[in-house]
Amino acid sequence: MTDSKYFTTTKKGEIFELKAELNSDKKEKKKEAVKKVIASMTVGKDVSALFPDVVNCMQTDNLELKKLVYLYLMNYAKSQPDMAIMAVNTFVKDCEDPNPLIRALAVRTMGCIRVDKITEYLCEPLRKCLKDEDPYVRKTAAVCVAKLHDINAQLVEDQGFLDTLKDLISDSNPMVVANAVAALSEIAESHPNSNLLDLNPQSINKLLTALNECTEWGQIFILDCLANYTPRDDRESQSICERVTPRLSHANSAVVLSAVKVLMKFMEMLPKDLDYYGTLLKKLAPPLVTLLSAEPELQYVALRNINLIVQKRPEILKHEMKVFFVKYNDPIYVKLEKLDIMIRLASQANIAQVLAELKEYATEVDVDFVRKAVRAIGRCAIKVEQSAERCVSTLLDLIQTKGLWVELGRLPLLLSDPAGSLLYVTLGRTSVSGPSNQAFSLLCGPRYESVIATLCENLDSLDEPEARAAMIWIVGEYAERIDNADELLESFLEGFHDESTQVQLQLLTAIVKLFLKKPTETQELVQQVLSLATQDSDNPDLRDRGYIYWRLLSTDPVAAKEVVLAEKPLISEETDLIEPTLLEELICHIGTLASVYHKPPSSFVEGSRGVQHKRLPIRSGSGESSESQDPGSGPGAPEAPTAVIPSQGDLLGDLLNLDLAPPTAAAPPPGAASLPMGGVDLLGGGLDSLMGDESEPLGGDMGGSPAMGSGFGGPAAVMPSSLSAPVGGGLGDLFDLGGGVGMSMGAYVPPKTMEMTLTNKAMSVMADFAIQFNRNSFGLAPAGPLQVPTPLSPNQTIDVSLPLNTVGPVMKMEPLNNLQVAVKNNIDVFYFSCQYPISMLFVEDGKMDRQVFLATWKDIPNENEAQFQIKDCHLNSDAASNKLQGCNVFTIAKRTVDGQDMLYQAMKLSNGICVLTELRVQTGNPTYTMFPSELQMFPSELQMFPSELQMFPSELQMFPSELQMFPSELQMFPSELHMFPSELHMFLSAPLQVSLKCRAAEVAQCVFQCYEAALKN
Amino acid sequence: MIHSLFLVNSSGDIFLEKHWKSVVSRSVCDYFFEAQERATEPENVPPVIPTPHHYLISVLRHRIYFVAVIQSEVPPLFVIEFLHRVVDTFQDYFGVCTEAAIKDNVVVVYELLEEMLDNGFPLATESNILKELIKPPTILRTMVNTITGSTNVGEQLPTGQLSVVPWRRTGVKYTNNEAYFDVVEEIDAIIDKSGSTITAEIQGVIDACVKLTGMPDLTLSFMNPRLLDDVSFHPCVRFKRWEAERILSFIPPDGNFRLLSYHVSSQNLVAIPVYVKHSISFREGSSQGRFDLTLGPKQTMGKGVEAVLVSSQLPRGVLTANLTATQGTHTFDPVTKMLSWDVGKINPQKLPSLKGTMCLQAGASKPDENPSINIQFKIQQMAISGLKVNRLDMYGEKYKPFKGIKYMTKAGKFQVRT
Repeated sequence: MTDSKYFTTTKKGEIFELKAELNSDKKEKKKEAVKKVIASMTVGKDVSALFPDVVNCMQTDNLELKKLVYLYLMNYAKSQPDMAIMAVNTFVKDCEDPNPLIRALAVRTMGCIRVDKITEYLCEPLRKCLKDEDPYVRKTAAVCVAKLHDINAQLVEDQGFLDTLKDLISDSNPMVVANAVAALSEIAESHPNSNLLDLNPQSINKLLTALNECTEWGQIFILDCLANYTPRDDRESQSICERVTPRLSHANSAVVLSAVKVLMKFMEMLPKDLDYYGTLLKKLAPPLVTLLSAEPELQYVALRNINLIVQKRPEILKHEMKVFFVKYNDPIYVKLEKLDIMIRLASQANIAQVLAELKEYATEVDVDFVRKAVRAIGRCAIKVEQSAERCVSTLLDLIQTKGLWVELGRLPLLLSDPAGSLLYVTLGRTSVSGPSNQAFSLLCGPRYESVIATLCENLDSLDEPEARAAMIWIVGEYAERIDNADELLESFLEGFHDESTQVQLQLLTAIVKLFLKKPTETQELVQQVLSLATQDSDNPDLRDRGYIYWRLLSTDPVAAKEVVLAEKPLISEETDLIEPTLLEELICHIGTLASVYHKPPSSFVEGSRGVQHKRLPIRSGSGESSESQDPGSGPGAPEAPTAVIPSQGDLLGDLLNLDLAPPTAAAPPPGAASLPMGGVDLLGGGLDSLMGDESEPLGGDMGGSPAMGSGFGGPAAVMPSSLSAPVGGGLGDLFDLGGGVGMSMGAYVPPKTMEMTLTNKAMSVMADFAIQFNRNSFGLAPAGPLQVPTPLSPNQTIDVSLPLNTVGPVMKMEPLNNLQVAVKNNIDVFYFSCQYPISMLFVEDGKMDRQVFLATWKDIPNENEAQFQIKDCHLNSDAASNKLQGCNVFTIAKRTVDGQDMLYQAMKLSNGICVLTELRVQTGNPTYTMFPSELQMFPSELQMFPSELQMFPSELQMFPSELQMFPSELQMFPSELHMFPSELHMFLSAPLQVSLKCRAAEVAQCVFQCYEAALKN
Repeated sequence: MIHSLFLVNSSGDIFLEKHWKSVVSRSVCDYFFEAQERATEPENVPPVIPTPHHYLISVLRHRIYFVAVIQSEVPPLFVIEFLHRVVDTFQDYFGVCTEAAIKDNVVVVYELLEEMLDNGFPLATESNILKELIKPPTILRTMVNTITGSTNVGEQLPTGQLSVVPWRRTGVKYTNNEAYFDVVEEIDAIIDKSGSTITAEIQGVIDACVKLTGMPDLTLSFMNPRLLDDVSFHPCVRFKRWEAERILSFIPPDGNFRLLSYHVSSQNLVAIPVYVKHSISFREGSSQGRFDLTLGPKQTMGKGVEAVLVSSQLPRGVLTANLTATQGTHTFDPVTKMLSWDVGKINPQKLPSLKGTMCLQAGASKPDENPSINIQFKIQQMAISGLKVNRLDMYGEKYKPFKGIKYMTKAGKFQVRT
């Protein structure tokens, strides 16, 4: 008879029958019944209804029956808390049993019953068991503390179990030590700051001793715990390494990987010239290779970790390329990982071998794998620069042999991958005279002539968007060498809207490139694509890019050429690498889920209320600095970002060519804010060229964004008080920067300031702020460094003000009052632009004599005169004059003509430009909106009039009344109205009318805005 | 730590669940089933699957998926190793690890799982200790239990559980004291078209069956220990002694165990014991293809190559294969396109060959992929790496044991590309 009999049921109703059996007098029958209940439980049937009957069987001297009842209790106690209390007495009694097995069993089971009431009764027996004379009971009790902590953490702390548990680390029995470590680690996970595992040289020594004697599982716990320790100096580090190394020969792969983690971490502290360092490196390779001969699941986890190790220390496995060669019957997840590591290990020495393998893989059946193999060839070309040509010819060989597959319908698929890889190769190696041209001449050369032709012929059979985009890129990039480039690209335009965004963007760029290279033949084409992108597309990315190209092309084709056909940055292998700080953190987490997913541990782990960031210890030349570098970062101390930053900062520095001051070696304590003194100098001149140079796409992006332009012309918007979404190096969403430049209206504040609101939306602390302005129209520049008093912690917002002066370099901006700003911190550089009210530039000595005013007014040609209306402003002339005075706009004279007050005013800009205005105020005249269709007819006519109008102010007054005829009609089209705001308000008859004269006509618009803001405020 | 375990059979039913902490709904397995559906082959299911609140770590053994559920950061290798231990234990207890065997012994299985983990922490995974706690079911014991009412649960704390040698129980007694060692090597290789070796490596193990009375202390020495530079030992082996003298010194567990496993890497010269001459070709425009395969021994040190089995996944376009073999039997599965040829023993005087034609589907063009050939074989009385045991000595006990050593070489993943 087997246990399967327990699954058979009778018609009477299973539960009913079981109940009867459980209450039977015969021991045997009882036991059988409990077994049946357990059997039902294992397959997920609900047998909780039998709770009282099963618990009744608990009082028995039959150990098997007892165990079975316990099994049942653990599963169902939660659903029947009141009934579970019934069991407490038996538990307490069992905890006193002379047999250690029973004592341990009782305390173990009690801990598994997740009922609050029971846990109260658990405390006393648990305390006894933690000090039991039998180590088996002690080690079981240690785990029980972790269980109890999970149910009621407060209780565990109050009862002092944590201290008892810490004492167990010094237990004489290694198994007890291991379990205590495991329990503490689990508890520590939910208490990141509790400092439970207080590691010091003494406790480390105990752990290392226990390590040799405990079970394999215990070894894993101890090794994982050791990995959290930071040795004081390289000698201690070496001695720990020496004692951990034997674990590399353990049969349990988890032990091996945990040992690798400890070694990888502590190695960091060893001086590289030490003999032992080299020995250790050599010792690490064989166990890693051995992991690859294990079961595929183990292999997968091992490979993911090896991927990290190879990135950190490529020297360990550089001779082991062959073990990563893919076997035909490896599971696909193993194949893909092996491939990735092969690329990472590829070097000039083994590239021939690798390419031969990759080519072999490209003939396999699995499509995903083939694809990845082909792409790997592209990546190899970038990794091993010298092999680019070889890689290209391997790819082209593939294309040619695959060319025979047309009938099978697999050509597009396979073509797409070489095409993608070719893109990779060419992009990666693009430089003016670099190997890319070689690569391309290979493509076009006599040997492969047919290939490029085949590729082009099959352009529309490429169904993968990525491949289409890649081919379009190739056609655009080498348009001058492909005769029918225009035809090829034109053929894509027909179905433009059906393409994916990726392809659309690429097509837009390719056609613009083509136009810049062959302007004469392709004008029509470029117009077509620009209108498709800007007018018919709903995609903001596409539209924006379209607008940018359009503006570029229409304003300055030479500049456009510089932007669009700019030299491309070299793609290096780094693009595929994990970011260094993350890599360091992951190395500290080898063997964990984080290392399998290559994501920071904090992004994982359900319920972890906080994860300590681990990082590699810093190699200390002298012992003294290592003291302050304790990465465990004591309890409550904010995680020290300063020490992590250097590598990142350096990276950024390299990226932007900024002259960053090297971070000081001895990192300042995080609390004491390190003010970047002379932050402006920190950024150096690199930024100027970056932002000022119009050939840089980023600059164009900021100035020419259509969204910003229209906002400017709007009737209401004058000063963008906060600009969000800074343009930044990919980290824009991490950091919200609201900026407004200006001064409070109405009261002149002598030092001009820029008010900014900085919000940290990233996960880490931001510090080391510095600011830099691009050259601008009036030479605005920061008068001092950006004062951010403390590092900005996540989600914190602070307001800072920055004093400004006007002695900076000058460059005309569009619009005139546009200011481009770069804010740097330890994370990244963030760019944004804003428009400042020009009034901040009006100087106090702008007042002039009446005669001078008159003469100057006449002197300035009439073409320079601009007229504006200000609506919805109900001020009389005196109030207006006062308000404007606050902005350093001085009223020179005032007169009244036909019920209108005319104010004559003057102001002077910081660069000496004078602006004269005539402000006409007419009280009690409401503003009307107009019929848009009619309005649209006016602009051209009206624009001719201004001077005439001025001569006939009385006539002007006729307009409003005429317009008054249409109010009802007007109101029907509010939505249309909104479409023409800029045109509209120009021709509205309004109570305030400003005529502006200035030699520099460009400032008119800005001055007007300033007027409007001042008067309406 | 390990939260729960679900056993899933090949048709996707959960037939056993065990929870070590609170109960996790079996609906969590839906994520596993999704991944299973996406995978083309059963073995392609990824071993680690994230779900919103848990992680699922699974292994596939004996056509059963062992799916462990974890909730916090746990080393995945730890979980996989543990699952392997579960499989081994089942196999040890029930002889086979099948759905039927598990269902037949569901109560023992449950007791075992409970004994192996506590709150997700491994408790007892050594087979000796488990066997003292829960006696394996045998027909005799079942009968005795039924008659006497005794149980198969041990009443006493296993002695080995806490000793310095947890792998060995005390008070072992045998009338015949014997110690056998099997040196088994598997050779993994990839051979390219032209017959040259792309990569070849050897995975070796020394499995032992030791039935000795008392507390014997054994030492095992090798003729050529230099070969063993990448080894993993059973915990019983004294590592320091090995480091210093290259001698294996240990107090063995009782019964069967794996003493050590080792790896001879591709950097050493690995002898390839067989060669394959092949010509598999398709002509353009013809629906016929030629198939010609000949096997021969090579570097076998005079030992015979046995139990040879050749298999190859032919291109999808192949409809039928009309082949004749000089020896053995061959089959071609037209659905999976798997050709397998059970050759048996290779006679060096008369080399086995398989020749004939393949028919392609009408209208199909020349297949693009080159089928690769997998070969299995066995060679008795030889370890291909050349490893040789020098002597075995016993200390600590008075009697004279019977000692034996056996060598064998097998093909692991032995592939020939065409």
